[in-house]
Amino acid sequence: MFTCGVVGVIVRRNPIVIFMCIELMLNAVNLTFLSFARYQYVLPTGSPADVKNQIQQTAINGQIMVIFVMAVAAAEVAVGLGIIMAIFRLRDNVDLDELNLLKG
Amino acid sequence: MAFGAIAGVVALASLGVVAFNNAIRSALCLVLTFFLLAVLYFTLNAQFLGIIQIVVYTGAIMVLFLFVIMLLNLGGINAVMQKRDPKIIFGGVLGFALFSLVAAQVLLPLQGVTTVRAPDDFGKPEYLGSALFSNYVWPFELASILLLIGIVGSILLAKRRILSPAMDALNAEDAERGVGE
Amino acid sequence: MEGLFTNLYAFEWTRDNPWLMGARVLLLILPILMLVPGFIWWERRLLSWMQDRIGPNRVATLTIKKDATWAPKFLRGSKWSFWGLLQPIADGVKLFFKEDITPIAVDKAIYFIAPAIALFPAFALGATMPFGPAHKAGSMYALLTPVADVPIGVLYMMAISSLGVYGIVLGGYASNNKYSLLGGLRSSAQLISYELAMGVALASIVLASGSLRMSDMVDVQQGPLWGISNLPIQNWFIFTPFGFLAAVIFLICMIAETNRAPFDLPEAENELIAGYHTEYSSMKFAVYFMGEYAAMFVFSGIFAAVFLGGYNLLPIRWDALAGTSSSGFFHAMDTLNVVLAPLWFVGKMMLGITFYIWLRATLPRLRYDQLMNLGWKSLLPLATFNFIGVAAWLYAKSILGPQGTWMSLAVMVGTLLVLLVGYGIITKRSNDKDFAHRTVDMVDPTPRRSVELVDTGAAS
Repeated sequence: MFTCGVVGVIVRRNPIVIFMCIELMLNAVNLTFLSFARYQYVLPTGSPADVKNQIQQTAINGQIMVIFVMAVAAAEVAVGLGIIMAIFRLRDNVDLDELNLLKG
Repeated sequence: MAFGAIAGVVALASLGVVAFNNAIRSALCLVLTFFLLAVLYFTLNAQFLGIIQIVVYTGAIMVLFLFVIMLLNLGGINAVMQKRDPKIIFGGVLGFALFSLVAAQVLLPLQGVTTVRAPDDFGKPEYLGSALFSNYVWPFELASILLLIGIVGSILLAKRRILSPAMDALNAEDAERGVGE
Repeated sequence: MEGLFTNLYAFEWTRDNPWLMGARVLLLILPILMLVPGFIWWERRLLSWMQDRIGPNRVATLTIKKDATWAPKFLRGSKWSFWGLLQPIADGVKLFFKEDITPIAVDKAIYFIAPAIALFPAFALGATMPFGPAHKAGSMYALLTPVADVPIGVLYMMAISSLGVYGIVLGGYASNNKYSLLGGLRSSAQLISYELAMGVALASIVLASGSLRMSDMVDVQQGPLWGISNLPIQNWFIFTPFGFLAAVIFLICMIAETNRAPFDLPEAENELIAGYHTEYSSMKFAVYFMGEYAAMFVFSGIFAAVFLGGYNLLPIRWDALAGTSSSGFFHAMDTLNVVLAPLWFVGKMMLGITFYIWLRATLPRLRYDQLMNLGWKSLLPLATFNFIGVAAWLYAKSILGPQGTWMSLAVMVGTLLVLLVGYGIITKRSNDKDFAHRTVDMVDPTPRRSVELVDTGAAS
């Protein structure tokens, strides 16, 4: 999923589709976080009660990370779509290859 | 086994996001991807996150995407294929390289690890809620401030009145026409 | 013997077998599908009674001809009318045989899928509705509540109602008709505005009941009213101050979510052609409307479960009364309450449906900006203040302990009043400058001449 997102960001010219590929990348990362939180490939060491506590803590950590990634993605989508609308209102053309105002 | 089947469809759908020329079909593939991801989260026993994925991503963010695509009419095919040729090849090569890198580093050492270590109900909303409000209060508050900034920013971006003296002509014309919808 | 029943009816037994799970899901879907024609009939009859006319009552009429030889003499020429109960079947047959027109330039894949996407959330929502006390040992209703014990019940409801937007947006887009597109976008804007207020209103109830599960909601409502432990009245959330406010907000948002009068701007026939389903004919249109009616059912079901105490018949705690007195009446009522639980639940759903139809007959349609103003400027702040009020109540309760019940209630009511009055004062000042709140002057501009009686002298 992550590679699809990266390829999409590079190849596509429609900024909305680029945004969607960014969201795809973020979601791929979410899935990775969750699967790591659940399967916990690196086992903690210590006393059994300690291990249990740490397992629980890692599981919660993974999910909290996912929640925050979602929150940040939501904020970013709101602002980004606002930017796209502002650009569209100004120029009536959202082809990304033509947006080269910053070109030297 | 169900995980594998759903994951396969997710991979296909994410390919569809990139491949479709029509932006609406890309968006619908992304909706499908998010929904199937939520189902995947459910199979991973993370119930709260799965539901939040549906509410936030599928239910709100993708609706926003669809709104913008439909209002600005960005759905059409507005790119000529020949012009994009060098980028597609470069993108394809890069994608393949990235995928092989990720697969070699991440997937190969993890073959055959199927023991679930986390407790079975680790996705319960009670645990997440208590963790959010006890250990992670600071990130929580900062995230809410970030969302507030996002709201204010998007409202500001969507307003028609641009508050600067150079734009007085634009503002006067806007005021004549009446405030926008 | 009892052990047999407990094991037989515990729902874990069916979890492992996918065929039995499928049967349980069918047990949920088929009754809702059967109830939709009944709802259509009830709506047409009740709407007509409220509009001072008789509804359709001709369809299900059995007539025996005067010269029928097979019937005994006293039955010839008699008519039995069944109050038009077959009218929805007639409607369905008509819709089925209508010509299925597909416009040429539509996006075919989306055009075909959009009604199905509109139908899916309505049925998916029914999965968490608590039809009966499933978690009590030995109860039979574990079979009837397919997924009721998901620990995220209320949030599931919010999630699936967010999915209801897609059916409308895609239907409006796929029709290749810019008015349909605009109608669809307006309708989905209405839906997402009201689902926010709905979520916050539900969140205050979740705070009060302490859990997201639907069956826990019903359980908390079976306790004594406001926590006063001697009262034999159940703690239905609609009887509590914060719950009443949340119920009103949820009711309004529920009606807006299902695109139903007085919020039916997108789908009314004389607004913007017919909105997002202009280009849909016969079966796809029927699927859209089935989705809307089924959504009304499940939303009233959720309202009944969260605010009206679910499957309990009356807000009286039979088990508390049964403990105090030795008469068998209270025991009998308690058993009746548990055994016939789905009946009471469906009855409350019918109450919700009747309320929907009543509102459709009574209220005029809201204009779009009035609708958005109501959702964002009135309902969302109200729901947020309700939430803060519940939080204040819980905090006061935790500080004051169990003897401070009245005091904490007073704290909550005080907080709510302060917030509401403050909000009203703040918005009054800015509303005075807002041209959208101008009222039309109801004075007739043309001056009327006073009528004078002129004697023409003709009656002499």
